[in-house]
Amino acid sequence: MSALFVNIFLVSMMVVIAILVLRSRRLFAVIVMSGAYSLISAAMFVNLDAVDVAFTEAAVGAGISTVLLLAAMARLPAEEKPGSVNVIAPLAVCILAGAMLISAVLTLPDFGDPNAPAHQHVAPRYLAESDAKLHIPNVVTTVLASYRGFDTLGETIVIFAAGLGVLLILGAPQRRKNRKEDDDNEPHSGGER
Amino acid sequence: MKSNPVYRVCTKILFAPIILYGLYVQFHGDFGPGGGFQAGVIIAAAFILYGIVNSLEEVMQVAPPKIVTFMTVVGVALYGGVGVANLALGGNYLDYNTLSHDVAHGQHIGIILVELGVGITVTSVMLNLFYLFAGYKGVAKK
Repeated sequence: MSALFVNIFLVSMMVVIAILVLRSRRLFAVIVMSGAYSLISAAMFVNLDAVDVAFTEAAVGAGISTVLLLAAMARLPAEEKPGSVNVIAPLAVCILAGAMLISAVLTLPDFGDPNAPAHQHVAPRYLAESDAKLHIPNVVTTVLASYRGFDTLGETIVIFAAGLGVLLILGAPQRRKNRKEDDDNEPHSGGER
Repeated sequence: MKSNPVYRVCTKILFAPIILYGLYVQFHGDFGPGGGFQAGVIIAAAFILYGIVNSLEEVMQVAPPKIVTFMTVVGVALYGGVGVANLALGGNYLDYNTLSHDVAHGQHIGIILVELGVGITVTSVMLNLFYLFAGYKGVAKK
């Protein structure tokens, strides 16, 4: 029961942070608050006994992505431009999507229900084999690296491709610039800032 | 931030333990929470801390961008290479049982190698992202 109260507390804090993020125009505050948002969701994952997910969320969501966003923010103006805000269409989309999500959640099996389909298919075999046959107590690692090795290979390639994409987008103009500086006095257009 | 001795001393003290903790998370993932993804981020965080407190140029001397970019490929190649090795040993792709006569032992070797590949790729991609974002000077402003 206390876990439920902790969850309600954490979720309401996340809602408060989300509203603050929406209302703030200062990018620095927004980035720091989204880091706090990630940290709170990591605490929630710990509360749900998903320590591996919490670990990842704390390291990636609250740690690295905050730093990367701050590094990117240094190249941007400190405040968001005030633009014309059309509320009705986004609000309608949000309410519709929210209603669909809530109706979907109502049909989900209870949290931790042993008869849920997810716990009936291959999970019992993984749980039984991992420690007894493979001597690896952390089932998450066995599933991630062994049973679902192909998926993890795909994830690694996604990260690799993301890094490659950023390298091509942000790294290439500078290299071109350096080359231009080398052979000097070439007219250059397209500088955006 | 280099002028502030508190930051500088703290970074000096923390740098090695952070990397050590990253390695612990990397190689202890079989027994506790953790694995390549988390370890990679933690190790990258150590270098990013160094880069924030000192300067981008100094962290680029510690971990040169060329090597970091090269390591991105090494990680994926290590992961894929384990699968190819399994094929060569007569099993299916990523069938770690072929790595040793004992099933449990083979799985251990396979998982550690594969997680190491993930860790190397994640570390180098995160570090590379930091280099690119922090070092981005915009398109030539001549």
